[in-house]
Amino acid sequence: MSQPALPVPDNRERFPELHPALDANAALAEANRCLFCFDAPCTAACPTHIDVPRFIKKISSGNLRGSALTILDANILGLSCSRVCPVDVLCEGACVMLRYNQKPIEIGRLQRHAMDYFYASGTGLPARPPRSTKPVACVGGGPASLACAAELRRRGYTVTIFDNRPLPGGLNTYGIAEYKLRPSDSLREVELVRSLGVEFRQAEVGATVSLDQLEKEFDLIFLGAGLGAMERLGIPGEQLPGVIGALHFIERYKTFPGFQVGRRVVVIGGGNTAIDAANAARRLGAEEVHLFYRRTEKEMPAFPFEYHNSKVEGVRFHWLAQPLEIVARDGRAASVKFAETRLEEPDATGRRRATPVPGSDFEVACDMVIPALGQSRFIAVLHESRGIELEGGSIAVDRPTGRTANPRYYAGGDCVNGGREVVDAVADGKRAALAMARQLEGSTNG
Amino acid sequence: MADLTTNFAGIRSPNPFWLASGPPTNCGEQIMRAFDKGWGGAVWKTIGDPIVNVSSRYSSLDWNGQRMMGLNNIELITDRPIAVNLREITEVKKRYPAHAVVASLMVESKRETWHDIVKRTEDAGADGLELNFGCPHGMSERGMGSAVGQVPEYACMITEWVKEVARTPVIVKLTPNITDIRAVARAARRGGADALSAINTINSITGIDLDTLTPRPNVGGRSAHGGYCGPAVKPIALHLVQQIASDPEVGLPISGIGGISGWREAAEFILLGCGTVQVCTAAMRYGYRIVEDMIDGLSNWMDEKGFRTIDDLRGMSLPKITEWKNLDLNFKIVARINRDTCIGCDLCYIACWDGAHQCIHLDGHALPAGLEAASRARISPTPIAKLDVAALPHGITPPVRIPRVDEEECVGCNLCWLVCPVENCITMEQVDTGKPRESWAMRTGGPA
Repeated sequence: MSQPALPVPDNRERFPELHPALDANAALAEANRCLFCFDAPCTAACPTHIDVPRFIKKISSGNLRGSALTILDANILGLSCSRVCPVDVLCEGACVMLRYNQKPIEIGRLQRHAMDYFYASGTGLPARPPRSTKPVACVGGGPASLACAAELRRRGYTVTIFDNRPLPGGLNTYGIAEYKLRPSDSLREVELVRSLGVEFRQAEVGATVSLDQLEKEFDLIFLGAGLGAMERLGIPGEQLPGVIGALHFIERYKTFPGFQVGRRVVVIGGGNTAIDAANAARRLGAEEVHLFYRRTEKEMPAFPFEYHNSKVEGVRFHWLAQPLEIVARDGRAASVKFAETRLEEPDATGRRRATPVPGSDFEVACDMVIPALGQSRFIAVLHESRGIELEGGSIAVDRPTGRTANPRYYAGGDCVNGGREVVDAVADGKRAALAMARQLEGSTNG
Repeated sequence: MADLTTNFAGIRSPNPFWLASGPPTNCGEQIMRAFDKGWGGAVWKTIGDPIVNVSSRYSSLDWNGQRMMGLNNIELITDRPIAVNLREITEVKKRYPAHAVVASLMVESKRETWHDIVKRTEDAGADGLELNFGCPHGMSERGMGSAVGQVPEYACMITEWVKEVARTPVIVKLTPNITDIRAVARAARRGGADALSAINTINSITGIDLDTLTPRPNVGGRSAHGGYCGPAVKPIALHLVQQIASDPEVGLPISGIGGISGWREAAEFILLGCGTVQVCTAAMRYGYRIVEDMIDGLSNWMDEKGFRTIDDLRGMSLPKITEWKNLDLNFKIVARINRDTCIGCDLCYIACWDGAHQCIHLDGHALPAGLEAASRARISPTPIAKLDVAALPHGITPPVRIPRVDEEECVGCNLCWLVCPVENCITMEQVDTGKPRESWAMRTGGPA
């Protein structure tokens, strides 16, 4: 089977890491700054509740394996989380040092230090012999399923992950900007999960494998299928060559050597993925990258540090502009027509609606358009699963357990939360695994 | 501007900061550079029959990322001929007449040998003599150093021999490796010593290499106990200095040694009665330049406190140390936590619960394990920018994380204040018990 080459060799040079690794001395000095808080706020703030002071003190005592295992015990994707977590609003944002000397402990980079040691040591995690319970299926090969499967397998349960892509890992492998997480690191985590005894099958549930077949083979099913294709702009011209959705754009440059970016790129959207795509376009050689958002900097959903980095990269931001049409020349996208918008009073969700101002149209020439308008919910798989309730387009679950309205189905990650961070998906998967384990125990004993 | 000049048992120096006998005072060239940097005096590396040293010689105790909290050495006395050392003493004194040059001496325990070295050293021009009765390693195996300092009769006898011929002040350097340091201090006094210096290094093994299983320092796969010094020994040194300074049977000037690395420690030794202080480890670590802030810092502090001379502050803290039986049982302090400066680390809470008296509380009277379990059970999604983050202001400690002291239960032990990383966040404040002063001695009818 031909697989896309990962990573594309040039990408290492084109995308130097945003937060480079700490060397051993720097890690030790940083670890020694940690106060070792009781009931630490960083641990409470982490969606997976990694015992942060504990793993940091193990770095300072020179017990790096113990440090890594402390992290992996709470979060099997500790490596990718150490690189992609928005630590400013999570552990580091909760650090008491912000109120001491304004310098929070660099928890993310310390975690990466321990994780890099773990993967370099090649010692792995002990695999546990399987118990005699019925097997579990995880649908989707992304962070939620990996976390769910690892947690169950470490408790002795038999788990199979179904993923429709050639390589597992979901968006960690295919959808995260190169300067944050390299696909090779995502794949190392996949291998770790595989080493625990989790089985991986490449198959599209709902197509090559039906839910009926799945239910026959597996007792409990975890849905960690993520989100579907990018939402459509819903304007004329979006099917033109030269228009490429943001996630697709990121996947293409990561997997296809020789992928060509436009010279003058228009990105549409104000989220973190829009910014990832805009930064990547710059690094790939676009002379100009213009990002258009229909509201303003104040309402933009992207994290402030992402916005700041992007400005440093040279991305130009344009506020209060809504796309009307993508205009073609010679059969390719050649410009985008926008209308200026005006912000209305906040609606029920607290966000200010943007409405186009009549007669304010303007046109921006370009040779590539990247819409990044958030992602639509992947619900195809649910059409076949009776009894699973939805809520606002996402799968509705009981939050502490991840249990759906159907007692054989659990769910977590983007298909439940609508698209949050890797660490949120891991936390969802882990919570569901614990609840599934309880259910499996109950059925065995009862 | 404070006057730092000192007259220690007749030895004058421009300030009380002397280099202790050791590697920084190995030769005249070093000592002259030290004087150029501002040191007021130097005690020459112990002179005696030259020895042979081993390699390696030092090992250290590192703590929490800090190097050399304590230093250990197995180096012996000078490895240079006596004549060379004495010639250099003459040279240094000629060039630096206002600085104190004290010769540390150690020879075999024979009267004639001591007479000879004392005369030759004084002829060379030394301002005073320091008898090394303290070196705890190597030399002690040969009947010198602490082998003398651990037996009051020997210490007294050799001091007498020295005093039979000495024309300059004689300082006896004491070992801390003894049950009661006052016994040797009194013996030195009986032998006619003019002053004491304390402490020499403490017997130690600093640690073991966990790869080779060999203790440090490693000399070809084996080690030997050494002498411990550096910041870690200061509290022990202060106690021993106080013991001899408070003893009416001793009554001699003291040159304080042990863990002094800055002006603050120097002030502490002086407040417990020392006339000069001696420094070795800090100079080994950072070089002679550290004396600049010692002089500057001590001088500024003395100006601020209104002390004009070293004698003005010398011994000021001695009357404040008493025996436990004389402390007031009815004096009470309690911890108070400043809610405005508390950063919510809750180290005081867990210290009080696990290490003290369970009188600091969070969330009612929750047990530590319950608090941790509640945090782990919480569902904490990543906050969405612009919507949730505003609810988490960085500058303010969440009120639930600010502990509360039960002042009725608080025993005033200080532990919470000691663990608190924020200066002046926890303060220990006196509360009126309404009871008169009463010590254990008073309560049990013994002499107050």
